[in-house]
Amino acid sequence: MEIDPFIFRLSIFILSIFIGYYVVWSVTPSLHTPLMSVTNAISSVIIVGAIIAALSGNEEVIFSSSSIYGFLAIILAAVNIFGGFLVTQRMLAMYKKKKKDK
Amino acid sequence: MSANLSATLYLISGVLFILALRGLSSPETSRQGNLFGIIGMLIAVTVTFLSVGNFTSGFVYVLIFLAIGGSIGAFIAYKIPMTAMPELVAGFHSLVGLAAVFVAISAFINPEAFGLGTPGNIKLASLVEMAIGAAVGAITFSGSVIAFLKLQGIMSGAPITFKGQHALNALILVSIIILTFYLCSTQSSNLFWILIAVSFLIGFLIIIPIGGADMPVVISMLNSYSGWAAAGIGFTLENTALIITGALVGSSGAILSYIMCKGMNRSFFNVILGGFGATAESTGDKKTEQRPVKSGNADDAAFLMKNASSVIIVPGYGMAVAQAQHALREMVDTLKKNDIKVSYAIHPVAGRMPGHMNVLLAEANVPYDEVFELEEINNDFANADVAFVIGANDVTNPVAKTDPQSPIYGMPVLDVEKCKSVLFVKRSLSPGYAGIDNDLFYKENTLMLFADAKKMTEDITKNL
Repeated sequence: MEIDPFIFRLSIFILSIFIGYYVVWSVTPSLHTPLMSVTNAISSVIIVGAIIAALSGNEEVIFSSSSIYGFLAIILAAVNIFGGFLVTQRMLAMYKKKKKDK
Repeated sequence: MSANLSATLYLISGVLFILALRGLSSPETSRQGNLFGIIGMLIAVTVTFLSVGNFTSGFVYVLIFLAIGGSIGAFIAYKIPMTAMPELVAGFHSLVGLAAVFVAISAFINPEAFGLGTPGNIKLASLVEMAIGAAVGAITFSGSVIAFLKLQGIMSGAPITFKGQHALNALILVSIIILTFYLCSTQSSNLFWILIAVSFLIGFLIIIPIGGADMPVVISMLNSYSGWAAAGIGFTLENTALIITGALVGSSGAILSYIMCKGMNRSFFNVILGGFGATAESTGDKKTEQRPVKSGNADDAAFLMKNASSVIIVPGYGMAVAQAQHALREMVDTLKKNDIKVSYAIHPVAGRMPGHMNVLLAEANVPYDEVFELEEINNDFANADVAFVIGANDVTNPVAKTDPQSPIYGMPVLDVEKCKSVLFVKRSLSPGYAGIDNDLFYKENTLMLFADAKKMTEDITKNL
């Protein structure tokens, strides 16, 4: 009997939860704020869905009732991706400067 | 681009996201980690463009919209003050939630674009995943908006409770499940819209009864939700990068909520089901008689610190409000010039989000190897000469160890009272968020410094 591809995706999902569990416990508490901002940025990979939705139209109808939601989602996700990664970068740069002290 | 190749590349971008989080295990590797995250995102976006392969005028619009959102995001990232990080993160969570809702709506209206069937005849599994993604996304959105408003001070931080609240929430949750069930059997778009509307409502209702002091838990919880929403959409789109990321973010947020709850010695359900204020009211009025406190000025504080050999600083949210972190660092620099050993003690729930104090201290150029967590430093208080409490309150209250009647009994606290002397910077004797009196104020060895945190710190520096 064939295995439904859904089961493979479920396996990836469950194993990723475990990876997340161990990786996040190893994050030092002083970096918990950057952790939140970077998880925020990476969860915006949902932009993948937004792009597919936005490009579902054709030459004549670029903004159809379904693609318009895609375009809106692209804006939201883009704010998050750029904002999330850059603000994380900004925070981590502050942790960097200290090394001259040592 | 072949489906197999794009799936492999999505997997690579998922792995890069894992490495991005892994990098955060130490400040040295963290910047490299962030770079991995950015590369992962670039791969995911590029692969999506190539696999859709629709480079018509629609593509140009996609780039334009991407640029608009990107500039807004970059602008915010550069402008935002570090004290406002909790609001920023809450705001960003709401965007992820709303984006998930929009993608789900689009997939529902036009399932062909996603290869999920035709309108009115969507594959059952996809429909369930879509419904879950949309519902969790909607909850994340409205919940985060309320959290944002509370943190920003636009909405009162006090818990809003009313009779039958839990019953109503339970009813709505059950109705979401029933709606999902009927949606799957009828494929009715009306039910889909109702499902989203009801989910917005429940997100709103879940967050309004939670008080300001519990915000670290709320933010972490919403972080987790945004991950589950992304994972739900990932299943719909059959996209590995999204599934991996959703799972990572979901478990990350869950762990952070757990750490925050433990920092307050409260169960997760206790936080979710009711405000701290509600439990404190009943016990807050028992002792109203005036007890004597010793208060001093900047001169006294400077004298005490000058004669100390080690000082431990305990920062809290008040420091962030007063923007005193830079003044504090200047004071510490002066102390260090006088060969006084200085370290910082940070309670897990200090501030309004996990790690908030660490970021503020880092912003003020405090080396991270001088900053310690509760377990690392708690034994050192007994050997230190001066504890300088600035903007913290409940996390230093010895009542948590001595009075089983107290609402904060059992909460891990910093053993500040074991120091030879305690300097407590505070505007007045008013209680903290837990609504209870701090016994530390009345101890023999405590000197209260009634002033604005920033001004007091500057005055002390002048007197050193």
